Amino acid sequence: MRFGIVRFPGSNCEQDVAHAVTYLEQDFTYIWHEETSLGEVDAVVLPGGFSYGDYLRCGAVARFSPVMEAVTRFAHEGGPVLGICNGFQILTEARLLPGALIRNEQMKFICKPVSLRVEASCDWLDKPQGTVLTVPINHGEGNYVCDERTLAQLHASNQVIVRYCAPDGSDIARAPNGATDGIAGICNEQRNVFGLMPHPERVTDPISENNTGCTDGATFFTTVIERFA
Amino acid sequence: MCAAELTPERALELAVELGLKPDEYERIAEILGRTPTITELYMYSLMWSEHCSYKHSRKHLSLFPTKGPHVLQGPGENAGVISVGDGWAVAFKMESHNHPSAIEPYEGAATGVGGIIRDIFTMGARPIASLNSLRFGTLDSPRQRYLLEGAVAGIGGYGNCLGVPTVGGEVYFEKAYEGNCLINAMAIGLMREENLIRAQASGVGNHVVLIGSTTGRDGIGGASVLASQEFDEGAEAKRPAVQVGDPFEEKLLIEACLELLERRLLVGLGDLGAAGLTSSASEMASRGGVGLDIDVAQVPRREPNMQPFEVMVSESQERMLAVVEPSHLQEVFDVCTRWGLRSTVIGTVTDTGNFVVRDADVVHAEIPARSLADDAPIYDPAMSRPAYLDELAAFDIDTLEHPVTVEELNNTLLTLLGSANICSRRAIYEQYDHQVQNNTVVVPGSDAAVIRIGDTGRGEMTERAIAAATDGNGRYVYLNPYRGAQIALAEATRNVTCAGGEPAAVTDCLNFGNPEKPEVYWTFYEAVRGLADACHSFEVPVISGNVSFYNESFGNPIYPTPIVGVVGLLDHVDEACTLAFKHVGDTIILVGETAAELGGSEYLNTIHGMVAGEIPALDLERERAVQQAVRTLIRTGLLTATHDCSDGGIAVALAESAIVGGMGCTVTLPTALAPHESLFSETQSRVVVTCAPEDRVCVLDTLCAAAVPHHILGEVGGDHVSINDTEGTSLIDVPVTACATAWESALQ
Amino acid sequence: MTDTASKTRYHIYVTSREGIFDPAGATALRGLGQIGFTGIDDVKIGKFIELEGDVSAEQVDEMCAKLLANPVIEDYRIVEVG
Repeated sequence: MRFGIVRFPGSNCEQDVAHAVTYLEQDFTYIWHEETSLGEVDAVVLPGGFSYGDYLRCGAVARFSPVMEAVTRFAHEGGPVLGICNGFQILTEARLLPGALIRNEQMKFICKPVSLRVEASCDWLDKPQGTVLTVPINHGEGNYVCDERTLAQLHASNQVIVRYCAPDGSDIARAPNGATDGIAGICNEQRNVFGLMPHPERVTDPISENNTGCTDGATFFTTVIERFA
Repeated sequence: MCAAELTPERALELAVELGLKPDEYERIAEILGRTPTITELYMYSLMWSEHCSYKHSRKHLSLFPTKGPHVLQGPGENAGVISVGDGWAVAFKMESHNHPSAIEPYEGAATGVGGIIRDIFTMGARPIASLNSLRFGTLDSPRQRYLLEGAVAGIGGYGNCLGVPTVGGEVYFEKAYEGNCLINAMAIGLMREENLIRAQASGVGNHVVLIGSTTGRDGIGGASVLASQEFDEGAEAKRPAVQVGDPFEEKLLIEACLELLERRLLVGLGDLGAAGLTSSASEMASRGGVGLDIDVAQVPRREPNMQPFEVMVSESQERMLAVVEPSHLQEVFDVCTRWGLRSTVIGTVTDTGNFVVRDADVVHAEIPARSLADDAPIYDPAMSRPAYLDELAAFDIDTLEHPVTVEELNNTLLTLLGSANICSRRAIYEQYDHQVQNNTVVVPGSDAAVIRIGDTGRGEMTERAIAAATDGNGRYVYLNPYRGAQIALAEATRNVTCAGGEPAAVTDCLNFGNPEKPEVYWTFYEAVRGLADACHSFEVPVISGNVSFYNESFGNPIYPTPIVGVVGLLDHVDEACTLAFKHVGDTIILVGETAAELGGSEYLNTIHGMVAGEIPALDLERERAVQQAVRTLIRTGLLTATHDCSDGGIAVALAESAIVGGMGCTVTLPTALAPHESLFSETQSRVVVTCAPEDRVCVLDTLCAAAVPHHILGEVGGDHVSINDTEGTSLIDVPVTACATAWESALQ
Repeated sequence: MTDTASKTRYHIYVTSREGIFDPAGATALRGLGQIGFTGIDDVKIGKFIELEGDVSAEQVDEMCAKLLANPVIEDYRIVEVG
């Protein structure tokens, strides 16, 4: 399977995503932000980083890049799109996912492993509800917000895919960044576009066992591989 | 046409205003054979400032060993480079950004990171890790908390954006740094050996190309104003000299420059740091033995009406200077444009050996390039041994009242664990991206960081790794400069050893007060001598570094603080070792032995509020043997945990391994010392290790064969840190959870 | 000097939408309390943008809606200042 990894000038996790999918013996290609076509790819990943510096708002400028038109078309045709961290921020700015990500409640950048509880499945994650995964977060603006109507709709159509939790799966509401309802990742109604703040690509290669104790990130990629390869 | 001339009287006046000494002015006039112009005086004043010329330190820095089997590039370039095997090399360097950070901690620390990262990719290496060594006043002052929070946010704000993991470092809080914090940043980069490039200009007729940000008045005179003078209460008024960083621009520069180098489109590359264009251009010309002709009219500005001298000395960040053959110029422009970067031809390489600065047709400076970069005067300032040394060393620690009962000792341990200098640094390192690039094997919080050697997402991922740590105990150096500096190296190499690394090379950042004060200069000389002797003994060369003088405030020097950064090599990433206890039932062994050495200790500092006494002894041969034995054990796969035993003594070391491992230990200490001595003494050359019980015999055999002292302390298990003396009397008995609470919450 | 006859200057204030948490404002409010200021009900921190050019207020409004502000979380107010 061939992953298209979008490269904005300020992306800095594109190589990590490439490493993760290579580790899983898949093919990848980088797609430069000025491209108007994605080329031959089976899935698209918007990686973490600081696209265009993100001085105005995270993802605000990236949303208008030529490549995002192609990503939007790909998404509307049902192609699987994953936004990780800055990629998630870009997907919300582009309105491919509802809501927005604002400054962490404590106003500080946070880099640490967190526990995630699986709430529903989508094209990028298919685990029994209640499964707890450990994946690191790494962001200053990962505090998910949306209006009440959107929130109700997200819950009603099971679009909340992962929520922050305690290591035993309890204590859902206490997100490390203050996110509404502990939301860590959501998908669109068609379930092919998925955005999350944690970084699965950092816990795919077992080298990460040394720093977080698991390789729970692999499942995000293997799910899409099983469904679309 | 030439610029308006100064009268000799006015020129001398201006020279002195700019910080040059009258005899330095005379020397400049002699080199030029005429009265210097305004622009020339500005250029000399910066290049001959302490910060750029090392005029007070150069003489003694030659004591350091700089060659070794791994060294590809020693001091004198933007960074040193060592070979790490299979054709891979790492470049690394540490640098100070103390003075800008004391004025504006966020931007000061951020641009410090930006500067050191530029030094790394200038060599052709992709930055793969950064570390930092920080010193502040004690946190009971809101100003110090502000400085800490600002500096940490700045380091994170800049480094996180670049995608370079911040993997380690250390921070200490002492009154002596109250008016002058220390922000030392270290960066490490990875490259193929054949891609090593030097900051040299060559090839007459080649273009000089400025890449990156526009040039403004920010940071004008930073090197001479901030870094080469003492600080006082007027420091706030110097705020305009502080630069503001743009990490996005730097990220683009990294990618564009590495692409330009990989495609062999550049003849030479240098970064614009202190003294801006002046320093970068004159150093490149001097190294290449050529001249440069620079037209400031071509330099893109961010402010109107800038004078030629302002353009030449501006310290606007995120700029690089490249030398390009005419046939490659268009390709260079294309690469820069693709990355959204400005690139402008601002001059030409000439064969005159002169550095000519013109504003279109008007020549504002014409200086032998060598004289700027290499002919600064070298001083050998007066030295005198400070009187305080004997007085403090003579202090009798036995006259103090020490804890004796288990309750007192428990409380002492908890107080130490919760003290600012020992407690967990989690609140700091969680603000740094320490995992990006997917190679961080040992994350912050252990003795040293371990990073896999791999070209993530671009090329080969190897099984090799490097370990890196920084260290430098200012209290020790204050009490005994020679030995204190040696201990800095001993501890940094020990930390690297504990992570499984074989120390390969050193970078240093020597932070001292005003070198024109004989007592300060004596401590500098002693520290350099101590560090040099220790480097010779451990056979680790110094490949890069930085000296920061004038770290004073309100007339008092800081603790003399040489910080060393050590990089070590691991043949296999699986050898990486951490401090956490791993398995219940593992045997705990102390490698080394404990003596009553509480002088300058954290125990004295925290419990008794004192900085005094004779600091621990250091037997360099013993240190080498201990480290060698520990590395041998790690390589044979016999150890499950390793932890350097230093600040706070063995009690703190055991508690830390217990907290991080989430399991307790039961230990018997084998000494005839008083309880507070055996628990909190900071005797050097000690490492706490654990192994599986079935491997114990093998471990002991290895230690016996290496002829290093060692003792079985006890075993891992239970939920208490429980320490007894040989008679079975309980010295410490506290729940691991209580230790964790004290240790984890202090900096939150 | 350039010709400014046809140029207009705008001040744009971008603030958190009602009901959307403003972490910067909340942190400032807490900080003010810590250093002894009392009686403050609320602090909101937003962005202030100065924009100058040959553009109409309608165009500036469109710029805000599309890029300068995110209507999902932010409100904006445009003031023409000459």
